[in-house]
Amino acid sequence: MEQILLKHTRPGRCLSFDEYRSAGGFGALAKALGKMTPAEVQQNVIDSGLRGRGGAGFPTGKKWSFVPRDLPGPRYLICNCDEMEPGTYKDRVLLERNPHLLVEGMALACYALGVRHAFIFVRYGYEQAAENLRSSIAAAHSSGFLGDNILGSGFTLELGVHQSAGRYICGEETALINALEGKRANPRAKPPFPAVKGLWGQPTVVNNVETLANIPAIINEGPLWWKSTAATPEAAGTKLFCISGHVVNTDCFELPLGMTLGEIIDGPCGGMRPGSRFKACIPGGASTPYFTDAHRDVSMDFDPVAKAGSRLGTGGIVVFDQSTCMVAVTLNLIRFFARESCGWCTPCREGLPFVRHILERIESGRGEAQDIEILREHVQMLNYAFCALAPGAMGPVEGLLNHFGDELREHISAGSCPFKGDRLP
Amino acid sequence: MIPELLKTNLEKRVADAVTNREAAVDTMKELQRHYGWLTDEALEEAAQLLGLSPLQVEELATFYEMIYRRPVAPRIVHVCDSISCWASGGETLLKSLTQLLEIEPGSTTADGAITLLPCSCLGNCGEAPCMMIGEKQYGRMTPEAGAEIVAAVRDASPGS
Ligand SMILES: Cc1cc2nc3c(=O)[nH]c(=O)nc-3n(C[C@H](O)[C@H](O)[C@H](O)COP(=O)(O)O)c2cc1C
Ligand code: SF4
Ligand code: FES
Repeated sequence: MEQILLKHTRPGRCLSFDEYRSAGGFGALAKALGKMTPAEVQQNVIDSGLRGRGGAGFPTGKKWSFVPRDLPGPRYLICNCDEMEPGTYKDRVLLERNPHLLVEGMALACYALGVRHAFIFVRYGYEQAAENLRSSIAAAHSSGFLGDNILGSGFTLELGVHQSAGRYICGEETALINALEGKRANPRAKPPFPAVKGLWGQPTVVNNVETLANIPAIINEGPLWWKSTAATPEAAGTKLFCISGHVVNTDCFELPLGMTLGEIIDGPCGGMRPGSRFKACIPGGASTPYFTDAHRDVSMDFDPVAKAGSRLGTGGIVVFDQSTCMVAVTLNLIRFFARESCGWCTPCREGLPFVRHILERIESGRGEAQDIEILREHVQMLNYAFCALAPGAMGPVEGLLNHFGDELREHISAGSCPFKGDRLP
Repeated sequence: MIPELLKTNLEKRVADAVTNREAAVDTMKELQRHYGWLTDEALEEAAQLLGLSPLQVEELATFYEMIYRRPVAPRIVHVCDSISCWASGGETLLKSLTQLLEIEPGSTTADGAITLLPCSCLGNCGEAPCMMIGEKQYGRMTPEAGAEIVAAVRDASPGS
Protein backbone atom coordinates (compact mmCIF):
# COMPACT_ATOMS: atom_id res chain seq x y z
CA MET A 1 0.00 0.00 0.00
CA GLU A 2 1.49 3.28 -1.16
CA GLN A 3 1.77 6.07 1.42
CA ILE A 4 1.78 9.65 0.18
CA LEU A 5 0.71 11.81 3.12
CA LEU A 6 2.06 9.85 6.07
CA LYS A 7 5.05 8.44 4.19
CA HIS A 8 7.89 10.24 5.92
CA THR A 9 6.36 10.61 9.34
CA ARG A 10 8.22 9.68 12.52
CA PRO A 11 6.58 7.82 15.38
CA GLY A 12 5.50 10.13 18.19
CA ARG A 13 6.93 13.38 16.84
CA CYS A 14 6.75 15.91 14.04
CA LEU A 15 8.97 15.44 10.99
CA SER A 16 11.60 18.20 11.04
CA PHE A 17 12.00 20.64 8.18
CA ASP A 18 15.44 19.25 7.38
CA GLU A 19 14.17 15.69 7.37
CA TYR A 20 11.46 16.74 4.96
CA ARG A 21 14.05 18.39 2.71
CA SER A 22 16.27 15.29 2.74
CA ALA A 23 13.29 13.17 1.77
CA GLY A 24 12.85 15.29 -1.35
CA GLY A 25 10.62 17.93 0.23
CA PHE A 26 10.09 21.13 -1.79
CA GLY A 27 11.34 19.25 -4.87
CA ALA A 28 7.88 19.56 -6.39
CA LEU A 29 7.90 23.31 -5.84
CA ALA A 30 11.35 23.63 -7.43
CA LYS A 31 10.17 21.50 -10.35
CA ALA A 32 7.00 23.55 -10.88
CA LEU A 33 8.72 26.93 -10.61
CA GLY A 34 11.59 25.79 -12.84
CA LYS A 35 9.85 23.97 -15.62
CA MET A 36 6.07 24.25 -15.43
CA THR A 37 3.62 27.03 -16.16
CA PRO A 38 0.80 27.68 -13.64
CA ALA A 39 -1.62 26.25 -16.21
CA GLU A 40 0.40 23.03 -16.37
CA VAL A 41 0.28 22.65 -12.59
CA GLN A 42 -3.48 23.08 -12.68
CA GLN A 43 -3.76 20.59 -15.58
CA ASN A 44 -1.78 18.03 -13.55
CA VAL A 45 -4.24 18.42 -10.70
CA ILE A 46 -7.18 18.03 -13.11
CA ASP A 47 -5.59 14.92 -14.67
CA SER A 48 -4.94 13.34 -11.27
CA GLY A 49 -8.67 13.16 -10.53
CA LEU A 50 -8.09 14.67 -7.05
CA ARG A 51 -11.39 15.39 -5.30
CA GLY A 52 -11.74 17.61 -2.24
CA ARG A 53 -11.06 15.87 1.09
CA GLY A 54 -13.08 18.37 3.16
CA GLY A 55 -16.44 16.67 2.81
CA ALA A 56 -18.05 17.58 -0.50
CA GLY A 57 -15.62 15.77 -2.81
CA PHE A 58 -15.58 18.47 -5.46
CA PRO A 59 -12.89 17.96 -8.16
CA THR A 60 -10.03 20.23 -7.08
CA GLY A 61 -8.60 21.13 -10.49
CA LYS A 62 -12.06 21.99 -11.73
CA LYS A 63 -12.63 24.29 -8.75
CA TRP A 64 -9.37 26.05 -9.53
CA SER A 65 -10.41 26.45 -13.17
CA PHE A 66 -13.43 28.54 -12.08
CA VAL A 67 -11.15 31.28 -10.77
CA PRO A 68 -11.10 34.20 -13.21
CA ARG A 69 -7.50 35.25 -13.90
CA ASP A 70 -8.29 38.58 -15.50
CA LEU A 71 -10.02 40.47 -12.67
CA PRO A 72 -8.12 43.37 -11.07
CA GLY A 73 -6.88 42.94 -7.50
CA PRO A 74 -5.55 39.96 -5.56
CA ARG A 75 -6.76 36.36 -5.49
CA TYR A 76 -6.69 34.27 -2.32
CA LEU A 77 -6.27 30.67 -1.24
CA ILE A 78 -7.61 29.56 2.13
CA CYS A 79 -6.72 26.22 3.62
CA ASN A 80 -9.61 24.91 5.68
CA CYS A 81 -8.40 23.31 8.91
CA ASP A 82 -11.52 24.00 10.93
CA GLU A 83 -12.09 20.25 11.31
CA MET A 84 -14.94 20.31 13.80
CA GLU A 85 -17.12 17.55 12.39
CA PRO A 86 -17.39 14.90 15.14
CA GLY A 87 -15.47 11.75 14.32
CA THR A 88 -12.93 13.66 12.21
CA TYR A 89 -9.31 14.24 13.21
CA LYS A 90 -7.24 13.48 10.11
CA ASP A 91 -6.05 17.05 9.44
CA ARG A 92 -4.74 17.31 13.01
CA VAL A 93 -2.82 14.04 12.64
CA LEU A 94 -1.32 15.18 9.33
CA LEU A 95 -0.25 18.57 10.71
CA GLU A 96 1.12 17.11 13.92
CA ARG A 97 3.26 14.71 11.88
CA ASN A 98 4.17 16.58 8.69
CA PRO A 99 3.07 20.23 8.34
CA HIS A 100 5.66 20.85 5.59
CA LEU A 101 3.60 18.87 3.08
CA LEU A 102 0.78 21.39 3.48
CA VAL A 103 3.14 24.36 3.18
CA GLU A 104 4.58 22.97 -0.07
CA GLY A 105 1.12 21.99 -1.35
CA MET A 106 -0.17 25.49 -0.69
CA ALA A 107 2.82 27.06 -2.42
CA LEU A 108 2.10 24.91 -5.50
CA ALA A 109 -1.62 25.75 -5.42
CA CYS A 110 -0.83 29.47 -5.08
CA TYR A 111 1.56 29.27 -8.02
CA ALA A 112 -1.14 27.64 -10.14
CA LEU A 113 -3.76 30.18 -9.06
CA GLY A 114 -1.60 33.30 -9.08
CA VAL A 115 -2.11 33.85 -5.34
CA ARG A 116 0.38 35.93 -3.35
CA HIS A 117 -1.26 35.82 0.07
CA ALA A 118 -2.85 32.69 1.48
CA PHE A 119 -4.31 31.75 4.85
CA ILE A 120 -4.62 28.63 6.93
CA PHE A 121 -7.74 28.65 9.09
CA VAL A 122 -7.10 26.47 12.16
CA ARG A 123 -9.74 25.49 14.73
CA TYR A 124 -9.30 25.98 18.47
CA GLY A 125 -7.70 23.12 20.35
CA TYR A 126 -5.18 22.48 17.54
CA GLU A 127 -2.30 24.33 19.25
CA GLN A 128 0.35 21.83 18.23
CA ALA A 129 -0.79 21.84 14.61
CA ALA A 130 -0.76 25.65 14.51
CA GLU A 131 2.66 25.77 16.17
CA ASN A 132 4.04 23.22 13.69
CA LEU A 133 2.69 25.28 10.81
CA ARG A 134 4.20 28.50 12.11
CA SER A 135 7.64 26.92 12.43
CA SER A 136 7.39 25.23 9.06
CA ILE A 137 6.41 28.55 7.45
CA ALA A 138 9.35 30.30 9.19
CA ALA A 139 11.78 27.58 8.03
CA ALA A 140 10.42 27.72 4.48
CA HIS A 141 10.97 31.49 4.53
CA SER A 142 14.60 31.15 5.59
CA SER A 143 15.20 28.53 2.90
CA GLY A 144 13.70 30.70 0.18
CA PHE A 145 10.56 28.62 -0.42
CA LEU A 146 8.28 31.44 0.75
CA GLY A 147 8.53 35.21 0.63
CA ASP A 148 9.76 37.36 -2.25
CA ASN A 149 11.03 35.96 -5.54
CA ILE A 150 10.89 32.28 -4.53
CA LEU A 151 13.85 30.31 -5.92
CA GLY A 152 14.57 33.20 -8.25
CA SER A 153 11.35 32.61 -10.19
CA GLY A 154 9.72 35.96 -9.52
CA PHE A 155 6.89 34.20 -7.67
CA THR A 156 6.09 35.73 -4.29
CA LEU A 157 4.00 34.23 -1.50
CA GLU A 158 3.10 34.87 2.14
CA LEU A 159 1.22 32.32 4.29
CA GLY A 160 -0.71 33.40 7.40
CA VAL A 161 -2.18 31.26 10.18
CA HIS A 162 -5.57 32.22 11.65
CA GLN A 163 -6.59 30.48 14.85
CA SER A 164 -10.32 30.38 15.36
CA ALA A 165 -12.30 30.34 18.59
CA GLY A 166 -14.73 27.51 17.91
CA ARG A 167 -18.04 26.89 16.09
CA TYR A 168 -18.54 24.12 13.55
CA ILE A 169 -20.13 26.49 11.01
CA CYS A 170 -16.78 28.27 10.56
CA GLY A 171 -15.77 25.27 8.42
CA GLU A 172 -18.44 26.04 5.81
CA GLU A 173 -16.45 27.87 3.17
CA THR A 174 -18.46 31.11 2.99
CA ALA A 175 -18.87 31.29 6.78
CA LEU A 176 -15.14 30.71 7.00
CA ILE A 177 -14.52 33.68 4.72
CA ASN A 178 -16.69 35.85 6.98
CA ALA A 179 -14.83 34.56 10.03
CA LEU A 180 -11.48 35.34 8.48
CA GLU A 181 -12.66 38.86 7.63
CA GLY A 182 -13.55 39.30 11.31
CA LYS A 183 -17.30 39.18 10.72
CA ARG A 184 -19.86 36.98 12.40
CA ALA A 185 -19.47 33.58 10.74
CA ASN A 186 -22.85 33.17 9.08
CA PRO A 187 -22.69 31.61 5.62
CA ARG A 188 -23.07 33.80 2.53
CA ALA A 189 -25.51 33.25 -0.31
CA LYS A 190 -24.11 31.31 -3.28
CA PRO A 191 -23.79 32.42 -6.07
CA PRO A 192 -21.56 34.31 -6.27
CA PHE A 193 -19.25 31.41 -5.44
CA PRO A 194 -16.02 32.18 -3.58
CA ALA A 195 -14.02 31.28 -6.69
CA VAL A 196 -15.41 34.48 -8.21
CA LYS A 197 -16.16 36.65 -5.17
CA GLY A 198 -14.76 35.45 -1.85
CA LEU A 199 -12.38 36.91 0.70
CA TRP A 200 -12.67 40.73 0.68
CA GLY A 201 -14.73 40.35 -2.49
CA GLN A 202 -11.86 38.81 -4.43
CA PRO A 203 -11.63 35.40 -6.19
CA THR A 204 -10.88 32.82 -3.50
CA VAL A 205 -10.29 29.09 -3.42
CA VAL A 206 -11.06 27.21 -0.22
CA ASN A 207 -9.46 23.76 0.03
CA ASN A 208 -9.10 21.24 2.80
CA VAL A 209 -5.72 20.46 4.42
CA GLU A 210 -5.58 16.92 3.05
CA THR A 211 -6.55 18.08 -0.45
CA LEU A 212 -3.66 20.55 -0.59
CA ALA A 213 -1.18 18.15 1.01
CA ASN A 214 -1.62 15.83 -1.98
CA ILE A 215 -0.43 18.38 -4.54
CA PRO A 216 3.34 17.87 -4.08
CA ALA A 217 3.08 14.15 -4.90
CA ILE A 218 0.92 14.87 -7.95
CA ILE A 219 3.56 17.26 -9.29
CA ASN A 220 6.54 15.13 -8.28
CA GLU A 221 5.37 11.70 -9.34
CA GLY A 222 2.89 12.67 -12.01
CA PRO A 223 -0.91 12.66 -11.99
CA LEU A 224 -1.28 9.16 -13.37
CA TRP A 225 0.98 7.59 -10.76
CA TRP A 226 -0.87 9.50 -8.03
CA LYS A 227 -4.24 8.34 -9.34
CA SER A 228 -3.04 4.72 -9.49
CA THR A 229 -2.40 4.57 -5.74
CA ALA A 230 -6.13 3.96 -5.24
CA ALA A 231 -7.62 0.50 -4.76
CA THR A 232 -9.92 0.59 -7.79
CA PRO A 233 -9.53 1.97 -11.33
CA GLU A 234 -12.37 4.44 -10.68
CA ALA A 235 -10.87 5.90 -7.49
CA ALA A 236 -7.95 8.35 -7.37
CA GLY A 237 -5.24 8.56 -4.73
CA THR A 238 -5.12 7.63 -1.08
CA LYS A 239 -7.33 8.87 1.74
CA LEU A 240 -6.81 9.52 5.41
CA PHE A 241 -9.44 7.52 7.26
CA CYS A 242 -9.76 8.46 10.92
CA ILE A 243 -11.36 5.74 12.97
CA SER A 244 -13.13 5.81 16.30
CA GLY A 245 -15.66 3.72 18.19
CA HIS A 246 -15.76 0.04 19.03
CA VAL A 247 -12.90 -1.36 16.92
CA VAL A 248 -9.48 -2.46 18.21
CA ASN A 249 -7.31 0.21 16.54
CA THR A 250 -8.84 3.67 16.68
CA ASP A 251 -6.26 5.57 14.69
CA CYS A 252 -5.79 7.57 11.53
CA PHE A 253 -4.73 5.43 8.55
CA GLU A 254 -3.71 6.41 5.05
CA LEU A 255 -5.39 3.86 2.79
CA PRO A 256 -5.98 3.50 -0.94
CA LEU A 257 -9.25 5.16 -1.83
CA GLY A 258 -11.79 2.52 -2.77
CA MET A 259 -10.98 -0.23 -0.24
CA THR A 260 -14.21 -1.79 0.99
CA LEU A 261 -15.63 -0.92 4.38
CA GLY A 262 -15.16 -4.54 5.48
CA GLU A 263 -11.49 -4.52 4.44
CA ILE A 264 -10.88 -1.35 6.43
CA ILE A 265 -12.56 -2.66 9.55
CA ASP A 266 -11.05 -6.13 9.47
CA GLY A 267 -7.64 -4.91 8.26
CA PRO A 268 -6.10 -1.75 9.73
CA CYS A 269 -8.81 -1.35 12.37
CA GLY A 270 -7.98 -4.83 13.68
CA GLY A 271 -11.63 -5.87 13.74
CA MET A 272 -14.14 -5.30 16.50
CA ARG A 273 -13.16 -5.16 20.18
CA PRO A 274 -13.49 -8.43 22.12
CA GLY A 275 -17.17 -9.06 22.81
CA SER A 276 -18.27 -6.54 20.19
CA ARG A 277 -20.09 -7.33 16.96
CA PHE A 278 -20.39 -4.77 14.15
CA LYS A 279 -23.79 -3.15 14.08
CA ALA A 280 -23.41 0.09 12.14
CA CYS A 281 -21.03 2.91 11.41
CA ILE A 282 -20.95 6.55 10.46
CA PRO A 283 -18.97 6.28 7.23
CA GLY A 284 -17.64 9.83 6.79
CA GLY A 285 -18.14 12.16 9.74
CA ALA A 286 -21.20 13.13 11.76
CA SER A 287 -23.31 14.35 8.84
CA THR A 288 -23.31 11.12 6.81
CA PRO A 289 -26.12 8.49 6.87
CA TYR A 290 -25.23 5.23 8.62
CA PHE A 291 -23.88 2.09 6.99
CA THR A 292 -24.78 -1.35 8.32
CA ASP A 293 -23.49 -4.90 7.88
CA ALA A 294 -25.13 -4.86 4.44
CA HIS A 295 -22.62 -2.21 3.34
CA ARG A 296 -19.39 -4.07 4.13
CA ASP A 297 -18.63 -4.53 0.44
CA VAL A 298 -19.14 -0.90 -0.50
CA SER A 299 -16.00 0.58 -2.01
CA MET A 300 -15.03 3.54 0.21
CA ASP A 301 -14.80 6.06 -2.60
CA PHE A 302 -16.95 9.11 -3.36
CA ASP A 303 -19.33 7.73 -5.99
CA PRO A 304 -19.83 4.18 -4.64
CA VAL A 305 -20.60 5.52 -1.14
CA ALA A 306 -23.07 8.04 -2.61
CA LYS A 307 -24.66 5.26 -4.65
CA ALA A 308 -25.08 3.24 -1.46
CA GLY A 309 -27.02 6.15 0.08
CA SER A 310 -24.41 7.96 2.15
CA ARG A 311 -21.37 10.21 1.67
CA LEU A 312 -17.63 9.60 1.96
CA GLY A 313 -17.54 12.99 3.70
CA THR A 314 -14.37 13.56 5.69
CA GLY A 315 -13.36 9.91 6.01
CA GLY A 316 -14.16 9.89 9.73
CA ILE A 317 -15.53 6.40 10.44
CA VAL A 318 -17.25 5.86 13.80
CA VAL A 319 -18.05 2.20 14.48
CA PHE A 320 -20.85 1.00 16.77
CA ASP A 321 -21.36 -2.47 18.19
CA GLN A 322 -24.48 -4.47 19.02
CA SER A 323 -24.95 -2.78 22.41
CA THR A 324 -25.40 0.66 20.86
CA CYS A 325 -28.85 2.25 20.59
CA MET A 326 -29.05 3.98 17.20
CA VAL A 327 -31.79 6.32 18.44
CA ALA A 328 -29.41 7.51 21.14
CA VAL A 329 -26.58 7.87 18.60
CA THR A 330 -28.83 9.99 16.40
CA LEU A 331 -29.93 12.07 19.38
CA ASN A 332 -26.31 12.75 20.30
CA LEU A 333 -25.57 13.87 16.74
CA ILE A 334 -28.66 16.08 16.51
CA ARG A 335 -27.77 17.72 19.83
CA PHE A 336 -24.44 18.63 18.30
CA PHE A 337 -25.96 20.08 15.14
CA ALA A 338 -28.71 21.96 16.98
CA ARG A 339 -26.08 23.52 19.25
CA GLU A 340 -23.81 24.41 16.34
CA SER A 341 -26.56 25.89 14.14
CA CYS A 342 -25.50 29.45 13.44
CA GLY A 343 -29.10 30.65 13.79
CA TRP A 344 -29.15 32.53 10.51
CA CYS A 345 -32.11 30.75 8.89
CA THR A 346 -35.38 29.57 10.38
CA PRO A 347 -35.59 25.95 9.14
CA CYS A 348 -32.31 25.09 10.84
CA ARG A 349 -32.58 27.33 13.93
CA GLU A 350 -36.11 26.10 14.74
CA GLY A 351 -36.13 22.74 12.96
CA LEU A 352 -33.11 21.10 14.56
CA PRO A 353 -34.22 21.72 18.16
CA PHE A 354 -37.62 20.30 17.21
CA VAL A 355 -36.06 17.16 15.75
CA ARG A 356 -33.95 16.90 18.90
CA HIS A 357 -37.11 17.16 20.98
CA ILE A 358 -38.81 14.36 19.00
CA LEU A 359 -35.77 12.10 19.38
CA GLU A 360 -35.51 12.86 23.11
CA ARG A 361 -39.15 11.90 23.45
CA ILE A 362 -38.67 8.61 21.59
CA GLU A 363 -35.46 7.71 23.44
CA SER A 364 -37.05 8.37 26.82
CA GLY A 365 -40.02 6.14 25.98
CA ARG A 366 -42.57 8.88 25.32
CA GLY A 367 -42.57 8.58 21.53
CA GLU A 368 -45.76 8.41 19.49
CA ALA A 369 -46.45 6.56 16.25
CA GLN A 370 -46.72 9.80 14.26
CA ASP A 371 -43.19 10.86 15.31
CA ILE A 372 -41.68 8.72 12.59
CA GLU A 373 -43.59 10.61 9.93
CA ILE A 374 -42.56 13.93 11.52
CA LEU A 375 -38.91 12.87 11.35
CA ARG A 376 -39.33 11.84 7.72
CA GLU A 377 -40.89 15.21 6.81
CA HIS A 378 -38.03 17.05 8.46
CA VAL A 379 -35.45 15.13 6.44
CA GLN A 380 -37.12 16.62 3.37
CA MET A 381 -37.83 20.06 4.79
CA LEU A 382 -34.37 20.82 6.09
CA ASN A 383 -33.02 20.53 2.56
CA TYR A 384 -34.40 24.04 2.12
CA ALA A 385 -32.14 25.58 4.74
CA PHE A 386 -29.66 28.32 3.82
CA CYS A 387 -26.52 26.18 3.97
CA ALA A 388 -25.43 22.54 4.01
CA LEU A 389 -25.30 22.27 7.82
CA ALA A 390 -29.00 21.46 8.22
CA PRO A 391 -29.28 18.85 5.43
CA GLY A 392 -26.08 17.32 6.82
CA ALA A 393 -27.60 17.23 10.28
CA MET A 394 -30.48 15.19 8.91
CA GLY A 395 -28.11 12.62 7.34
CA PRO A 396 -28.07 10.46 10.49
CA VAL A 397 -31.85 10.84 10.89
CA GLU A 398 -32.29 9.61 7.35
CA GLY A 399 -29.99 6.66 8.10
CA LEU A 400 -31.99 5.90 11.24
CA LEU A 401 -35.26 5.88 9.30
CA ASN A 402 -33.88 3.80 6.44
CA HIS A 403 -31.93 1.16 8.34
CA PHE A 404 -33.20 1.14 11.91
CA GLY A 405 -36.92 1.65 11.47
CA ASP A 406 -37.62 -1.45 13.56
CA GLU A 407 -35.48 -0.15 16.39
CA LEU A 408 -37.31 3.19 16.28
CA ARG A 409 -40.73 1.51 16.33
CA GLU A 410 -39.64 -0.76 19.19
CA HIS A 411 -38.80 2.31 21.29
CA ILE A 412 -42.26 3.69 20.63
CA SER A 413 -44.27 0.50 21.12
CA ALA A 414 -42.36 -0.64 24.23
CA GLY A 415 -42.37 2.87 25.71
CA SER A 416 -38.70 2.57 26.62
CA CYS A 417 -35.22 2.22 25.17
CA PRO A 418 -34.39 -1.47 24.70
CA PHE A 419 -30.69 -0.76 25.17
CA LYS A 420 -30.65 1.18 28.43
CA GLY A 421 -27.86 0.25 30.74
CA ASP A 422 -26.31 -2.00 28.16
CA ARG A 423 -23.74 0.31 26.62
CA LEU A 424 -20.03 -0.45 26.63
CA PRO A 425 -18.03 1.78 28.97
CA MET B 1 -7.13 48.88 31.85
CA ILE B 2 -4.67 46.73 29.96
CA PRO B 3 -0.91 47.05 30.41
CA GLU B 4 0.91 49.32 27.96
CA LEU B 5 2.87 46.41 26.45
CA LEU B 6 -0.23 44.40 25.64
CA LYS B 7 -1.82 47.51 24.19
CA THR B 8 1.18 48.19 21.95
CA ASN B 9 1.25 44.56 20.80
CA LEU B 10 -2.43 44.60 19.96
CA GLU B 11 -2.13 47.93 18.16
CA LYS B 12 0.64 46.40 16.10
CA ARG B 13 -1.47 43.31 15.36
CA VAL B 14 -4.31 45.53 14.14
CA ALA B 15 -1.95 47.71 12.10
CA ASP B 16 -0.52 44.60 10.39
CA ALA B 17 -3.95 43.20 9.59
CA VAL B 18 -5.35 43.30 6.08
CA THR B 19 -8.36 45.14 7.51
CA ASN B 20 -8.81 46.14 11.15
CA ARG B 21 -11.50 43.60 11.85
CA GLU B 22 -9.38 40.77 10.50
CA ALA B 23 -7.59 41.01 13.87
CA ALA B 24 -10.83 40.78 15.87
CA VAL B 25 -10.55 37.16 17.04
CA ASP B 26 -6.89 37.53 18.01
CA THR B 27 -7.68 40.75 19.87
CA MET B 28 -10.57 39.23 21.81
CA LYS B 29 -8.44 36.20 22.70
CA GLU B 30 -5.56 38.32 23.99
CA LEU B 31 -7.84 40.51 26.08
CA GLN B 32 -9.55 37.41 27.43
CA ARG B 33 -6.17 35.95 28.32
CA HIS B 34 -5.45 39.10 30.29
CA TYR B 35 -8.79 39.47 32.11
CA GLY B 36 -9.72 35.77 32.35
CA TRP B 37 -12.91 36.40 30.41
CA LEU B 38 -14.13 39.07 28.01
CA THR B 39 -15.35 41.66 30.49
CA ASP B 40 -17.40 44.72 29.49
CA GLU B 41 -14.24 46.75 29.89
CA ALA B 42 -12.37 44.35 27.57
CA LEU B 43 -15.17 44.60 25.04
CA GLU B 44 -14.87 48.39 25.01
CA GLU B 45 -11.10 48.15 24.68
CA ALA B 46 -11.39 45.67 21.81
CA ALA B 47 -13.83 47.99 20.06
CA GLN B 48 -11.44 50.90 20.50
CA LEU B 49 -8.48 48.94 19.14
CA LEU B 50 -10.40 47.57 16.17
CA GLY B 51 -12.26 50.76 15.29
CA LEU B 52 -15.60 48.98 15.76
CA SER B 53 -18.56 49.72 17.99
CA PRO B 54 -18.86 47.67 21.20
CA LEU B 55 -21.98 46.12 19.71
CA GLN B 56 -20.03 44.92 16.67
CA VAL B 57 -17.53 43.24 18.98
CA GLU B 58 -20.35 41.79 21.06
CA GLU B 59 -21.80 40.26 17.90
CA LEU B 60 -18.52 38.38 17.41
CA ALA B 61 -17.86 37.59 21.06
CA THR B 62 -21.19 35.88 21.58
CA PHE B 63 -20.69 33.79 18.44
CA TYR B 64 -17.55 31.95 19.45
CA GLU B 65 -17.55 28.97 21.77
CA MET B 66 -14.19 29.85 23.33
CA ILE B 67 -14.87 33.54 24.03
CA TYR B 68 -16.50 33.98 27.43
CA ARG B 69 -18.78 36.92 28.13
CA ARG B 70 -19.41 35.70 31.67
CA PRO B 71 -16.86 35.03 34.40
CA VAL B 72 -15.08 31.71 34.22
CA ALA B 73 -12.50 30.19 36.53
CA PRO B 74 -8.78 30.41 35.73
CA ARG B 75 -8.95 26.73 34.75
CA ILE B 76 -11.65 25.47 32.40
CA VAL B 77 -12.17 21.74 32.03
CA HIS B 78 -13.78 21.02 28.64
CA VAL B 79 -15.27 17.56 28.34
CA CYS B 80 -16.19 16.40 24.84
CA ASP B 81 -19.79 15.27 24.52
CA SER B 82 -19.76 14.41 20.80
CA ILE B 83 -20.34 11.05 19.23
CA SER B 84 -17.03 9.14 19.46
CA CYS B 85 -16.54 10.13 23.08
CA TRP B 86 -20.18 9.36 23.84
CA ALA B 87 -19.68 5.87 22.40
CA SER B 88 -16.65 5.31 24.61
CA GLY B 89 -17.77 6.45 28.03
CA GLY B 90 -17.86 10.23 27.69
CA GLU B 91 -21.09 10.54 29.66
CA THR B 92 -19.59 8.57 32.53
CA LEU B 93 -16.52 10.81 32.49
CA LEU B 94 -18.58 14.00 32.62
CA LYS B 95 -20.80 12.63 35.37
CA SER B 96 -17.85 11.60 37.50
CA LEU B 97 -16.32 15.07 37.15
CA THR B 98 -19.57 16.76 38.14
CA GLN B 99 -19.61 14.59 41.26
CA LEU B 100 -15.96 15.20 42.01
CA LEU B 101 -16.30 18.98 41.64
CA GLU B 102 -19.81 19.05 43.13
CA ILE B 103 -21.14 21.26 40.34
CA GLU B 104 -23.42 21.03 37.34
CA PRO B 105 -21.84 21.13 33.87
CA GLY B 106 -21.62 24.79 32.85
CA SER B 107 -20.77 26.13 36.30
CA THR B 108 -17.80 27.00 38.48
CA THR B 109 -16.65 25.37 41.71
CA ALA B 110 -17.45 27.11 44.98
CA ASP B 111 -13.78 28.06 45.45
CA GLY B 112 -13.75 29.66 42.00
CA ALA B 113 -10.90 27.41 40.82
CA ILE B 114 -12.50 25.37 38.03
CA THR B 115 -15.24 25.80 35.46
CA LEU B 116 -16.63 22.60 33.93
CA LEU B 117 -17.92 22.86 30.37
CA PRO B 118 -19.16 20.17 28.02
CA CYS B 119 -17.98 20.93 24.48
CA SER B 120 -18.20 19.75 20.90
CA CYS B 121 -15.73 17.30 19.34
CA LEU B 122 -12.13 18.15 20.21
CA GLY B 123 -10.75 16.44 17.10
CA ASN B 124 -9.16 13.72 19.17
CA CYS B 125 -11.81 11.05 18.59
CA GLY B 126 -9.35 8.16 18.23
CA GLU B 127 -8.42 8.73 21.89
CA ALA B 128 -11.99 8.92 23.17
CA PRO B 129 -13.19 9.87 25.69
CA CYS B 130 -11.41 13.21 25.70
CA MET B 131 -11.12 16.39 27.66
CA MET B 132 -9.12 19.60 27.35
CA ILE B 133 -7.79 21.86 30.08
CA GLY B 134 -6.46 25.20 28.85
CA GLU B 135 -4.81 24.30 25.59
CA LYS B 136 -3.81 20.78 26.61
CA GLN B 137 -5.72 17.77 25.33
CA TYR B 138 -6.18 14.57 27.31
CA GLY B 139 -7.35 11.30 25.75
CA ARG B 140 -8.45 7.80 26.83
CA MET B 141 -9.83 9.23 30.05
CA THR B 142 -11.18 6.92 32.70
CA PRO B 143 -13.12 8.58 35.52
CA GLU B 144 -10.10 7.86 37.77
CA ALA B 145 -7.55 9.37 35.38
CA GLY B 146 -9.82 12.37 34.81
CA ALA B 147 -10.21 12.91 38.56
CA GLU B 148 -6.45 12.73 39.09
CA ILE B 149 -5.69 15.29 36.38
CA VAL B 150 -8.42 17.66 37.50
CA ALA B 151 -7.25 17.42 41.12
CA ALA B 152 -3.67 18.24 40.10
CA VAL B 153 -4.83 21.20 38.03
CA ARG B 154 -7.00 22.42 40.88
CA ASP B 155 -4.09 22.38 43.30
CA ALA B 156 -2.01 24.40 40.84
CA SER B 157 -4.81 26.85 40.10
CA PRO B 158 -4.23 30.49 41.07
CA GLY B 159 -7.90 30.65 42.10
CA SER B 160 -7.64 28.06 44.89
C1 LIG C 1 -21.23 23.01 8.30
C2 LIG C 1 -20.05 22.72 7.45
C3 LIG C 1 -18.80 22.54 8.03
C4 LIG C 1 -17.68 22.27 7.26
N1 LIG C 1 -16.47 22.08 7.87
C5 LIG C 1 -15.38 21.84 7.12
C6 LIG C 1 -14.11 21.67 7.73
O1 LIG C 1 -13.96 21.76 8.94
N2 LIG C 1 -13.03 21.44 6.94
C7 LIG C 1 -13.15 21.38 5.56
O2 LIG C 1 -12.16 21.21 4.88
N3 LIG C 1 -14.34 21.53 4.97
C8 LIG C 1 -15.46 21.77 5.71
N4 LIG C 1 -16.65 21.95 5.08
C9 LIG C 1 -16.69 21.94 3.60
C10 LIG C 1 -16.28 23.30 3.05
O3 LIG C 1 -17.43 24.11 2.91
C11 LIG C 1 -15.62 23.20 1.68
O4 LIG C 1 -16.42 22.45 0.85
C12 LIG C 1 -14.25 22.55 1.73
O5 LIG C 1 -13.41 23.19 2.64
C13 LIG C 1 -13.64 22.61 0.36
O6 LIG C 1 -12.38 21.97 0.35
P1 LIG C 1 -12.10 20.71 -0.56
O7 LIG C 1 -12.71 20.99 -1.91
O8 LIG C 1 -10.64 20.61 -0.61
O9 LIG C 1 -12.76 19.55 0.10
C14 LIG C 1 -17.80 22.20 5.85
C15 LIG C 1 -19.05 22.37 5.26
C16 LIG C 1 -20.18 22.62 6.05
C17 LIG C 1 -21.50 22.81 5.38
S1 SF4 D 1 -28.65 25.99 7.80
FE1 SF4 D 1 -28.16 26.38 9.97
S2 SF4 D 1 -25.99 26.76 9.97
FE2 SF4 D 1 -26.68 27.03 7.84
S3 SF4 D 1 -27.22 29.22 7.67
FE3 SF4 D 1 -29.09 28.18 8.30
S4 SF4 D 1 -29.03 28.39 10.57
FE4 SF4 D 1 -26.96 28.78 9.85
S1 FES E 1 -15.99 13.07 19.52
FE1 FES E 1 -14.86 13.59 21.30
S2 FES E 1 -12.97 14.24 20.46
FE2 FES E 1 -14.18 13.87 18.67
